[in-house]
Amino acid sequence: MSANEEARAIRRRSWRDIDLRAVAPFAALILLLIVGALVNPNFIGITNLANVATRSAFIAIIAVGATFVISSGDLDLSVGSMVAFVASLMILFMNSGVIADPALMLTAAIAFTIVAGAACGLANGLITTVGKIEPFIATLGTMGIYRGLTTWLSQGGAITLREPALQEMYRPAYFGYILGVPVPIVVILAVTAVAAFILYRTRYGRHVVAVGSNSDVARYSGIPVNRVRTIAFVIQGLCVAIAVLLYVPRLGSTSATTGILWELQAITAVVVGGTALKGGAGRVWGTICGAFILELVGNIMLLSNFISEYLIGAIQGAIIIIAMLVQRSLVRKS
Amino acid sequence: MNSQIVEDGATVLSARRIAKSFNGVQVLFSVDFDLRAGEIHALMGENGAGKSTLVKILSGFEQPTSGEILLDGKPVKLPPNGAAEALGIVIIHQEFNLAEHLTVTESLFLGREVTRYGVLNRKFMRAETRRVLDLLGSHVDENALISSLAIADKQMVEIAKAISRDARIIFMDEPTAVLSREETNYLFRQVRKLRDKGTSFVFVSHKLDEVMELTDRVTVLRDGQWIKTSPTAILDGEAIAQLMVGRELSKLFPAKSEPNVDEEITLSVTGLSTGYVHDATFDIRKGEILGFSGLIGSGRTELMEAVAGLRHRASGEVVIHGQSVTSGDAHAVNRSGLAYMTKDRKSKGLLLNSRMTANLTLQSLDKHGKLGYLSPASEAAALEKARRRFDIRVRDGNVVAGRMSGGNQQKLLLAKVMETEPDIIIIDEPTRGIDVGTKQQIYHFISALARDGRSIIVVSSEMPEVIGLCTRVAVMREGRIVGMLEGDEINEQEIMRYAAGLKKKAAA
Repeated sequence: MSANEEARAIRRRSWRDIDLRAVAPFAALILLLIVGALVNPNFIGITNLANVATRSAFIAIIAVGATFVISSGDLDLSVGSMVAFVASLMILFMNSGVIADPALMLTAAIAFTIVAGAACGLANGLITTVGKIEPFIATLGTMGIYRGLTTWLSQGGAITLREPALQEMYRPAYFGYILGVPVPIVVILAVTAVAAFILYRTRYGRHVVAVGSNSDVARYSGIPVNRVRTIAFVIQGLCVAIAVLLYVPRLGSTSATTGILWELQAITAVVVGGTALKGGAGRVWGTICGAFILELVGNIMLLSNFISEYLIGAIQGAIIIIAMLVQRSLVRKS
Repeated sequence: MNSQIVEDGATVLSARRIAKSFNGVQVLFSVDFDLRAGEIHALMGENGAGKSTLVKILSGFEQPTSGEILLDGKPVKLPPNGAAEALGIVIIHQEFNLAEHLTVTESLFLGREVTRYGVLNRKFMRAETRRVLDLLGSHVDENALISSLAIADKQMVEIAKAISRDARIIFMDEPTAVLSREETNYLFRQVRKLRDKGTSFVFVSHKLDEVMELTDRVTVLRDGQWIKTSPTAILDGEAIAQLMVGRELSKLFPAKSEPNVDEEITLSVTGLSTGYVHDATFDIRKGEILGFSGLIGSGRTELMEAVAGLRHRASGEVVIHGQSVTSGDAHAVNRSGLAYMTKDRKSKGLLLNSRMTANLTLQSLDKHGKLGYLSPASEAAALEKARRRFDIRVRDGNVVAGRMSGGNQQKLLLAKVMETEPDIIIIDEPTRGIDVGTKQQIYHFISALARDGRSIIVVSSEMPEVIGLCTRVAVMREGRIVGMLEGDEINEQEIMRYAAGLKKKAAA
């Protein structure tokens, strides 16, 4: 084979090399945008799309954390309850009035929230790894615990941020703009970029994928498997905390029903984004795409008149099943 | 009636010009095979000669790429996944196919439970199980849990299962690998009894003496080709070995070089015990290749995993370069310069869905960047170097490990382990399931590493490998090191004597 032919062969191969699983979610997103534009001309407007992206922020950020947990071969069902719990803690902290100065109070509250989220994630991680309990069961347990604690803290009602000065100061964290872009979108992009860097460009990221791909291989390669898994849960907790930091200024209150079924949406976003549920392949940007798809579907249903918006849950459920079927058929082909 | 059948029994199962390839790699070339009624037919060959593939094809677990299979003289397409049992063809696997939580009776009738009015007829099934076990002369309790049985008894249950399904043809893949001599004798008696009743056996084994003792005919395969079929009686062990190897062993292995006796002792293990391994003591010098031989299940891997920190040890000490290492700390052992290369490359060695680079650097990511950041350029350079050094031949550098040939996978695994720059390397089964050419390469790599001053432990079930490579050989049996051979003592007979328990080391 001459050098020329060889070069051509390589080029041809690189075309075939494109991983359909990585491309599929983005293709689906483009398809949805086209469908949306056909349904309602207002849909494709920048205002509407920015709105959709802003609303997808909570699920998107949580799902980025879930990408780590799922890539390492685990699962976290407690994220929805964790949002409610951490948000309650944050508001109660701000209501406690231990710090008089609003700016200082807000800074302390943010730090407190991040620590609380990380602690919740750490608890999940330790229960699964040190306690050697299936992640499904472990986080099913903490899901009940976090939800129950929230209900107890709120006494079944709502917890509302009382201090008007704090509210005013904190509002832009959700409603503000940075360089003309809504803050939540900036946060999504920042979180995702950091996460992608960690997953694809660091030792820890490589370890996550190795553990999720085959924990025996990881162990025989001298990787501290349990530490890697635990840290993935902590990252999930941090992502939940960041989502809470955006959630609280939006309504200024939480209740026992905050974040219900968010775990389902987060897992759906991860799977739709092309991450294998059995671990071993994480796709952070795909996850964001998945979260956006979920929100877009809801948006299209609202803007169109032929499907009741009460069916959103059913449609989202159907999406996860379709995504799995598509993933599997793509794997077979390759 | 028996010898009559052996002499002129009708052919029950035959293979005509069977060929098989996996992913473009041909493993069987136009192989012919005949099995007569009421004979015990040995199928012999080195690892990778194609025995297992032929057995799988003849029992329906694999379909041949070309060629045909005749059952009672008529061409058949054997149904897959064990459905050939309905035709009377049963395979008894090396790893048993028994559910540990079932009783003997439940195992025997698994999948074809006898019912009366839709309710399990347990009384009948128990009686039938007893009948079959009595037929075999086995004293296994039909109500015992499989998990409570000794290995030989499990084997017996497998055979009973085969008989209760009216098997006419039974494939046994290394049935004696895990049996003691007594258990083996017992098994052979039952097999002969069944043979005399007209059942045909295909006996896959590496043990020449057993083949000589038990079988009526022998078929030898080498590198996927049929070499010879002959009555066992007219061959001797030497002749069979010659047929199996068919080439000068000396060329396969590089020349041995004895290490200097006053070289530094790099690794020393004293009184190491785990659940199974008992009081293992050995050491190795710089530049030495130490072999570990023994039967499957003699505790070699468990011992090495304990040394490598992949398994906790109950007692004993491991000293690397004069430093004692804590039990069960694989990372620390790794850092002090010892690397363990697993025999199980597919489930413990390589990430089959990842590319070569990710696999190569997994154990040594520290080298490729600061503060956890990985430099793609540095990783790519490492891969380029490893591909040249270990001659990893793939057409596409982005191929995932699972799609590479066994030989290339093994080279990649070796390269991965060497990336940690160890000076003590434990290689467990260095050439399992790879072709002869690659084997030879790997032997040369090992020899070159030793000449560079590294200490190498080769754990192998292939005796020629241990004999051809090592200057000292430890033999293990039932969790203990029973012999340490040097120089001329390193030969097949001597190793086998220790491995089979005929000889024990003098108090050392």
